[in-house]
Amino acid sequence: MAKGSAFLDTVGTLVAGLLFGFGLAVSTMIRPESVLDFLSFDDLGLLLVLFSAVAINLLVYQLLPRIFDKSLLGGAFQQRPFQLDRSSWFGGGIFGLGWGICGVCPGPAIAGLGAGNLDLLIALAGIFAGALLHGLWAARRQSMST
Amino acid sequence: MFPNGISHYAIGGMVMGIGVALLYATTGRPGGVSTFFSTAWSWVVRTPFFRQTAFLDTRRWRFIYALGLLLGGLLYLYSGLPVALSHVPAWKLALGGLLIGFGARLGGGCTSGHGICGLASLSAGSLVMVCTFLAVAIATNWAFRMLGL
Repeated sequence: MAKGSAFLDTVGTLVAGLLFGFGLAVSTMIRPESVLDFLSFDDLGLLLVLFSAVAINLLVYQLLPRIFDKSLLGGAFQQRPFQLDRSSWFGGGIFGLGWGICGVCPGPAIAGLGAGNLDLLIALAGIFAGALLHGLWAARRQSMST
Repeated sequence: MFPNGISHYAIGGMVMGIGVALLYATTGRPGGVSTFFSTAWSWVVRTPFFRQTAFLDTRRWRFIYALGLLLGGLLYLYSGLPVALSHVPAWKLALGGLLIGFGARLGGGCTSGHGICGLASLSAGSLVMVCTFLAVAIATNWAFRMLGL
């Protein structure tokens, strides 16, 4: 990658994250209570947030790769690497369990911390610990199966 | 259904969507957040799992993206828009966080990866995952309320 393009890549990524975080704050999804209120069907706002965000990206993800060969800065349009199987499905269940307990997801935890909710440091410590445990466990499981 | 109105949900969701769309349009990357938490460990943990190419090659942009999320929240804090306080017990945040971190990594994504990018890619697997997140979270929330927790 050329030097100027690497700089623009950094700026684009930072601004993308910034908009994502700002939007999460505007939508109040950085507040665990907003998510918990959705889970108890007291306020269905979360569905509206998800719908708005997906609608825009449905257009972008479906149209851009059909119109252009590459992204603006030259990188290929990447597919998310995901294989649905029993273990990943089980992972989704564990995620749902945690989400239902505290109303926090990874993105809102980071953005919410930025917006001054220091309690989310506890949730972030938990997420970091969970990701570490997953890595250690996955390596163990792999070494046992080979 | 919407006791707090709908405009901030629609507008917030759109701004989030524009952020994720910007990342894809400029760099071609799907903007899931949870992989950041694994790639961050690659700076300190030297086991083969954390040294995999998929982590080493993406940890830099994932860190910048996470930094952007943090700055987005900070910008909101100083924008003068209303910030509501939050009171979730620490043990719930700790336990929930641990399960979220483990589950998102085992499940190959979270609400941003599967929920926004996966659904926008028309991935059937991601749709199954999002439905799983929602069903289990709703049931968990219900069970906790029944138990008075």
